[in-house]
Amino acid sequence: MNAQAVQHADHDHHDHGPAKGWMRWLTTTNHKDIGTLYLWFSLLMFFVGGTMALVIRAELFQPGLQLVQPEFFNQMTTMHALVMIFLAVMPAFVGLANWMIPLMIGAPDMALPRMNNWSFWILPFASTMLISTLFVDGGAPAGGWTMYPPLVLQTGAAFPMLIFSVHLLGISSIMGSINIIATIMNLRAPGMTYMKMPLFVWTWFITAYLLIATMPVLAGAVTMLLTDKYFGTSFFNAAGGGDPVMFQHIFWFFGHPEVYILILPAFGIVSQIIPTFARKPLFGYSSMVYATASIAFLSFIVWAHHMFTVGMPVAAEVFFMMATMLIAVPTGVKVFNWVSTMWKGAMTFETPMLFAIGFVVMFSIGGFSGLMLAIAPADFQYHDTYFVVAHFHYVLVPGAVFAIMASVYYWLPKWCGHMYDEKLGQIHFWLSAIFVNVLFFPQHFIGLAGMPRRIPDYAVQFADFNMISSIGAFGFGFSQLMFAYIVIKAVRGGKQATDQVWEGAQGLEWTLSSPPPYHSFSVQPHIK
Amino acid sequence: MKRKHIAGALVAALLSPLSAWADWGMNMPRGVTELSEEIYGLHMAAFWVCVVIGVVVFGAMFYSILKHRKSLGVKPATFHESTTVEIIWTVIPVIILVSLAIPAAQALVKMEDSSNSELTIQVTGHQWKWQYEYPEQGIKFMSVLGSKSREASALGSGIAPGSVEHYLLEVDNPVVVPVGKKVRFLFTSNDVIHSWWVPDLAVKKDAIPGFINDMWVKVEKPGTYRGQCTELCGKDHGFMPINVVAMDDAGFQAWVDEQKAAAAAAADDSNRVWTQDELMAKGETIYKSTCAACHQASGAGIPGAFPALTGSAITTGDLKGHVDIVLHGKAGTAMQAFSSQLSDADIAAVVTYERNALGNSVGDMAQPADIKAMR
Repeated sequence: MNAQAVQHADHDHHDHGPAKGWMRWLTTTNHKDIGTLYLWFSLLMFFVGGTMALVIRAELFQPGLQLVQPEFFNQMTTMHALVMIFLAVMPAFVGLANWMIPLMIGAPDMALPRMNNWSFWILPFASTMLISTLFVDGGAPAGGWTMYPPLVLQTGAAFPMLIFSVHLLGISSIMGSINIIATIMNLRAPGMTYMKMPLFVWTWFITAYLLIATMPVLAGAVTMLLTDKYFGTSFFNAAGGGDPVMFQHIFWFFGHPEVYILILPAFGIVSQIIPTFARKPLFGYSSMVYATASIAFLSFIVWAHHMFTVGMPVAAEVFFMMATMLIAVPTGVKVFNWVSTMWKGAMTFETPMLFAIGFVVMFSIGGFSGLMLAIAPADFQYHDTYFVVAHFHYVLVPGAVFAIMASVYYWLPKWCGHMYDEKLGQIHFWLSAIFVNVLFFPQHFIGLAGMPRRIPDYAVQFADFNMISSIGAFGFGFSQLMFAYIVIKAVRGGKQATDQVWEGAQGLEWTLSSPPPYHSFSVQPHIK
Repeated sequence: MKRKHIAGALVAALLSPLSAWADWGMNMPRGVTELSEEIYGLHMAAFWVCVVIGVVVFGAMFYSILKHRKSLGVKPATFHESTTVEIIWTVIPVIILVSLAIPAAQALVKMEDSSNSELTIQVTGHQWKWQYEYPEQGIKFMSVLGSKSREASALGSGIAPGSVEHYLLEVDNPVVVPVGKKVRFLFTSNDVIHSWWVPDLAVKKDAIPGFINDMWVKVEKPGTYRGQCTELCGKDHGFMPINVVAMDDAGFQAWVDEQKAAAAAAADDSNRVWTQDELMAKGETIYKSTCAACHQASGAGIPGAFPALTGSAITTGDLKGHVDIVLHGKAGTAMQAFSSQLSDADIAAVVTYERNALGNSVGDMAQPADIKAMR
C-alpha cells in the first residue's frame, strides 16, 4: 500500500475530552473507548473460559473420575466453548476493529457511534445471563455448544437463558457488523480506494458480511428450539413429523461461516504485522483480498462436513468433501504469501512478529489436519474424536488467539503511548508457544487411537497422552497471567512510544500521535 | 499411580522416538475389514502429503528466518507480486487435492453400498445403553457398561481404573457377528442422537430418533472389537461402550441358539407368580443397571436434573401410575419408555423394588401379569 498521510491538521481545535468517571464508559460513543471496553471484556472472559478449560483438563489428568460429576463436566465443555467463542474471541476482534478501522482508513470515528455503544453494552447482560446458568436448577447447558436437539431440550431452567443470551449476542454482533460495514464504505479518507485498504480492514469488511448473513440463521435455529420446547412445535421432533438433522444443517450453515468469522480478522492482523517486521511490502496484496473473499464464499457451501456421519446420500458426501478440500487452495495462497513476504526481507523478531510467525506455523498445522478431516471416508474415523478437538484448537488457540495477542503487542504502544516490556513479552510468547503444543499436539494421537471427545473419563490406554495434555493446559493457562500483567504494566507506564512505534510500520494509524487524540482524524488525510 | 504416570510421560516425551510410543496407540488402527484398510491408506496418504508440504513451506520459512534478518545486515528487497508464482501455487495444490479426492470418493461409494448383505442387525441407542436386535433370528437384548467399570468410574470410587480389565470398554452383552459375511447394521435411537463407533471396523454412524441409517461391515478376523458412543448424548455419554465379537459360522450359530433359549426362559418368568423376595432381588439388579444412572443408587436423584425416587409421589402413590410412567416414560424429559426394553417380570420387579427399598416402604407389589394387563 502506498498510502501517504497528510499531517494531522487540527492543532488549534481542542478535542472534546472524555466525560469523567464511570459515566465515560457507560455513555461513551468514542470508538477507542468502546474498543477498549471490548478488549478488557474479552480478556476477562478469556480467563473465565480458560478456568473452565482447566476444570476439564484437571478431570482428564488421569482416568477415573476424581473431581467432578459427568453432568458438571458436560456443563464445563459446553460453557467453555460458548464463552470462548462468543464472549472472548469474537469481542476481541470487534474491539480491535473498533480501535483500528477508523485509524487505518483515516476516519474520525465509527459511522454509527451510538449503536456502537449499545452493541458493546449488550454483552455484559448477555454474558451475565449465560454464565449465571451455572447457578440455576439443573445447572448450565450441558448439551454441547452446538445445541443439538433432542439432547439440548433436556436442559433445565438454563434453557431459555441460553437461547436468549444467544439472541442478544447475535444482535450485538449484527449491530457491530453493520457499523463496521457502514464505516468502511463511507468514512474512508479521500483517495483510499478499496484496493488500497489495509488487509485488516479488508478481512473485517468480509467478516462483517459473514456475520450479517449467518447470525440471523443461528437466531432462527435457536428460536425453533425454544418453540419446540415450550410451544408444542415439532421442527426438530421426529415424533411430530420434524427432523433433528435439520437443526444440524441450519446450525452448521451458521457454524461454518462462524469458523471463518473467528479466523479471517486474524489473517488480516498477521498480514499487517509480517510486512512491518520484514520491512518489505506484503507479497500478493490483491491475491490476499481475493483469497479472503473465496474463503468467505466457500464457507457457505461446506457446512455438511461437520455432519458426515448423520447419513447423507453419497452424492452429497462427495460434494461436501470436494468443496471442503477446495478451501485448502485460497488458504494455501495466504500462507505462501506470508512466507514470500518474509523472503529476502530484513526481519527482526519483536513479540508481535513472534506471535505472527507462531500463528503461521501452528495455524498451518491446524490447516493440515483440516485437510485430512475433509476426506470423508477418513472422517468417519476422525469425527467426534480428540483429533477434531486438536484440529480446531490449533486453528483457534495458536491461530485466532495468538493473532489477537500479536495485535495487542503490535498496537498497544499506539493505544496507550507506552512500550510494553519487550523481554517479558518474548518470554510470554515462548511459554505460550511451547505449552500450547504440549497441550494440543498429543490430542491428535489420542483421537486417532480412538478417544471420543466430550467424555469425562476414558480407557487407560489414553492415560499418558492425556496427562501430557493436561500439563500443557496448566502451563498455557498460567502463562496467560503474564499477558495480563504485561498489558497492565504498559498501560500504567513505560517508555514513551514514538508515533511510528515500529521501524517498518506503514499505514495511517502510525501517522497519529501515541496515544492518538480522542477524536482520531478530524480532518481526513488524502491518500495519493 | 500418579507418580508413575508422570514419570512415564516425561521420560517418553523427552527421550523416546516413535518406537516407544507405538504401544501407547498414536495412530489410526488399520482395522480388520477391507474398508478399514482402505481408509487407513487414505489417512496415511493425506498425512504424508501434509508432511511434505509442511517440510517445504516451513523449510523455506525457517531458512528465511535464519538468513533474512536485519541483524545480519541484509537490505530488504522490494518485490511484492508475481503472477506466475501465484498461478503455480494455486494450480499445484489443486492437482494434489484432485488426486486425493478421487480415491476418497471411490471409497465412499463402496462404504455406502449396503446391498446384498447376509445378516441384518438393528442398533437402537438409548440414554445410555445400546439395544441390539436380530430381526431374522428373533433375538433382542440390551448392552450396558460392565459392572466393574461402572463401579470404578464412580466419582471417588477409590478403585484404580488400571485394575479393571478393558476399563470403560467392556459391556455385559456384546453384539456378535459372523466372520467373512457382509453384515448390515441399521441405526436408530429411542431418545437423543447417539453415534455408534468401532474403530477397528471403521464404522461410525449416528443413531437418530425417527430415522434409520445403515452401514455395513465384513469382518475378516475373529476377535473382540471395542468402541464407544461418539455423539454427546447426556450425562453418561462416556459410559456406553460397544463390544463386537466376531466368530466363525459355527460359533455364531451356537450363540444364536443360546440367545433363543435364554429368551424362552425369560418369557416363562413373565408367566408365573413371583414372591416378594424374588421380586426385590431381581428388582435390585434391574434398578442398578437401568435406573441408578439417573435416579442414583440411593434413589436420591440429582436435584434439578433427575427427580428423587425416595418419598416421591409416584413411587409411594398409586401402583398403576408408577407402572405407567415406567412403561411409557414422561414426554419432554430424560425418562424414557421402558416397555420395549424390559420384560413384564423385569418391570414388576423394579417397580416393587422402588416401592419397598430406597427408603420407601409402601408394602405392595406388582406381578408380571399386572404389567401385561397394563401394556
